[in-house]
Amino acid sequence: MNKACSGQISARDVSERKEMNCGIHGVSFSSSATPSERRLSALARHLISPTESCSCSASGVSASITSSDVGSVFSHVARAPEDPILGVTVAYNKDSSPVKLNLGVGAYRTEEGKPLVLNVVRKAEQQLVNNRSRVKEYLPIVGLAEFNKLSAKLIFGVDSPCIRDNRVTTVQCLSGTGSLRVGGEFLTRHYHQRIIYIPVPTWGNHPKVFTLAGLSVKSYRYYDPITRGLDFKGLVEDLDSAPSGAIVLLHACAHNPTGVDPSIQQWEQIRQMIRSKGLLPFFDSAYQGFASGNLDKDAQSVRMFVADGGECIVAQSFAKNMGLYGERVGALSIVCKTADVAGKVESQLKLVIRPMYSNPPIHGASIVAAILRDRTLYDEWTIELKAMADRIISMRHQLFNALRDRDTPGDWSHIIKQIGMFTFTGLNVRQVSFMTREYHIYMTADGRISMAGLSSSTVSHLADAIHAAVTHVA
Amino acid sequence: MAIMKVFSSRILSRITVPGARSMSSWWRSVNPAAKDPILGVTEAFLADPSPDKVNVGVGAYRDDNGKPVVLECVREAERRIAGNLNMEYLPMGGSLNMVQETLKLAYGENSELIKDKRIAAVQSLSGTGACRLFADFQKRFCPDSQIYIPVPTWANHHNIWRDAQVPQRTYHYYLPETRGLDFAALMDDVKNAPNGSFFLLHACAHNPTGVDPTEEQWQEISYQFKVKGHFAFFDMAYQGFASGDPEKDARSIRIFLEDGHLIGISQSYAKNMGLYGQRVGCLSVLCEDEKQAIAVKSQLQQLARPMYSNPPVHGALIVSTILGDPDLKKLWLKEVKGMADRIIGMRTALRANVEKLGSTSSWRHITDQQIGMFCYSGLTPEQVDRLTNEFRIYMTRNGRISMAGVTTGNVGYLANAIHEVTKSA
Repeated sequence: MNKACSGQISARDVSERKEMNCGIHGVSFSSSATPSERRLSALARHLISPTESCSCSASGVSASITSSDVGSVFSHVARAPEDPILGVTVAYNKDSSPVKLNLGVGAYRTEEGKPLVLNVVRKAEQQLVNNRSRVKEYLPIVGLAEFNKLSAKLIFGVDSPCIRDNRVTTVQCLSGTGSLRVGGEFLTRHYHQRIIYIPVPTWGNHPKVFTLAGLSVKSYRYYDPITRGLDFKGLVEDLDSAPSGAIVLLHACAHNPTGVDPSIQQWEQIRQMIRSKGLLPFFDSAYQGFASGNLDKDAQSVRMFVADGGECIVAQSFAKNMGLYGERVGALSIVCKTADVAGKVESQLKLVIRPMYSNPPIHGASIVAAILRDRTLYDEWTIELKAMADRIISMRHQLFNALRDRDTPGDWSHIIKQIGMFTFTGLNVRQVSFMTREYHIYMTADGRISMAGLSSSTVSHLADAIHAAVTHVA
Repeated sequence: MAIMKVFSSRILSRITVPGARSMSSWWRSVNPAAKDPILGVTEAFLADPSPDKVNVGVGAYRDDNGKPVVLECVREAERRIAGNLNMEYLPMGGSLNMVQETLKLAYGENSELIKDKRIAAVQSLSGTGACRLFADFQKRFCPDSQIYIPVPTWANHHNIWRDAQVPQRTYHYYLPETRGLDFAALMDDVKNAPNGSFFLLHACAHNPTGVDPTEEQWQEISYQFKVKGHFAFFDMAYQGFASGDPEKDARSIRIFLEDGHLIGISQSYAKNMGLYGQRVGCLSVLCEDEKQAIAVKSQLQQLARPMYSNPPVHGALIVSTILGDPDLKKLWLKEVKGMADRIIGMRTALRANVEKLGSTSSWRHITDQQIGMFCYSGLTPEQVDRLTNEFRIYMTRNGRISMAGVTTGNVGYLANAIHEVTKSA
């Protein structure tokens, strides 16, 4: 009797494995059998007792089967839909119109519509290239130590109690996505509560990241389409009914996709509620410095949750604020009660990372460390960062004014009230479609536009498109 | 606005919150994890103050002075890249350019399979990332399958398929008595596995043993795989490093392709381009036709997106710059051969030195049966511990020696130490 089909496994296992591997009934999982053939063979299997049907001896079965007869084991794989966000750029690239506008992905563009590499990044790059003694060995599993320390100081503040007390562990990860995933996997293994609450709406990738990490995703109300602002009452109600210990995903600033942030007073109320209910805050900080133009101001929400002595988790990304998108630089920090606990937590984070990608990429983290450690480069960076944030704020005002000048129906003040890279326009799916078809404007179907993709020369085109959509499409 | 400032600073300085301070840590019951057996060796080595210490642990190449090496072709590529290109997101599947060049290395420069677009391929986070992506894909689309892993193998293989929740089985590989391949038992395991099983194969320079099947043995393995309808997943982390010739090192894969297998491959540039820390690699899955390849690639991307969104650009740019320029590519091939030749030279030297000391054990395996970066010395964990404690020689406890860490400067010392701990055995 075949070794694999020995007594320990259940009859069901045996019959399923037969279908997979043994091809006894002429149908292996990988062949080009039709669905009805497969159904018939599944039925046949149920009519035969497991013990007598499992005779997968090599000589008996498939001397006649060659690889050309056996098709791919993956022939049943269906094509996945395009990623809704990255798919926008794919569609944009296919469009040949000279007036097309890409307001999809949140990547910064200059006034000329070009990607921007910061001057400080170019300087850091040169330093790295010129340093012949630099090698490209493996980083430790937790990444570049200096980068980790500097990243923690950036988000928590140089004098943060958690740094001073050595009770935060910071590990380099693959940008924001990687930090969220590693954090999620850690929680699934070591935290007593598997439920994470995410705001509605949120970045499209959040639910997938946490689900694949093994968490169960629930939501809390966040955006109010009527006011185009924060549904604070709904938020409080939903978090109040969360089970004790549940994880709560919070956007540290510049909420993606709505651009709607709680006020400082509202943050304080959120903090009190989270602490009194024993919920675990998990911050996604992808826009520090990009929202207001000030790094400390954009970190206030996070710092409040450290100042009260409690624990929290923070995912940091340097994709936008340092323009290092493709280098995949980020950090996951877990603020613990004690240094001892932080040490143990770090050791467990390594076990999550090692079977995922062993250790993180060195290049981007080296650039960040070079900038953050050097006073001159750091100061230059803050200036370039503020310039990017200011340009976006200026685009908000220009768009608002353009719509006002056209007497476009509706209240568009949310454009200047919302903060960060994105504006949640409030346009519906049909209006968005119309704008893409008639005006070659590319944006996500939820009505989110990346202000970074706008320039003074393209604002009118967008305003025309919005005006037309609002007046012609219900 | 001044009022707002005062108000907010008052809030930040207030520390009384019901529950925050009095709660104990969420993580109090988290146990300290065991150190990684391989990477932990280098940590211990770095912490050792002894001037005689030798690191033959991690498989990272060293020159004859024991120094890490950045290839000249890489330096030149970086010079060209710095200041010239932007750092925008790559697509989820990574750099198309780099993936194309990488497929040529594995499947052949003029491969019909590449021309027919039958290969679903994505840029991955080096070899680890490629294996993990494949394991996740296998779990999702062949949920009842398991993976057969050789004994021994790179320790992280077990972690990868475990975290992907794919059940594991093992197959015989290394025979301690001969310090070579246990071919008969391997073939038995292949025959006895249920039809259509998934097997992990090391394409060349098996890690940790350095023992590879001969070409004839590969032919037999391929034939038996056909008979059984098994799926072959190749981990190729050392192409170029084994013999010095990338084409020769890909022979096992080419045999399987000639026989019509639909295989999967993990490729890494960590060692053969010295790009360790850049995390550059490629996962490919050979499909029946272009349509299937498109479907499979799209699903691989769906697994990458919630893990890291898209792969890092820098390492990929280095690879495509080098492989896309005939002169740089020639330089690279020359440098790879140089590294492989130095290692082959150290194998010869180590064996000669130990034999010269009058060792009664057989050390033929170092040169005759093993290839690539690693030598499976046959030392026991206790003997390894003695090497470390008495001679400050650092290696993994399975007796694996990274030949890349051996130099003309330390080969005598290493041979002597090995002789000392084995002569009473």
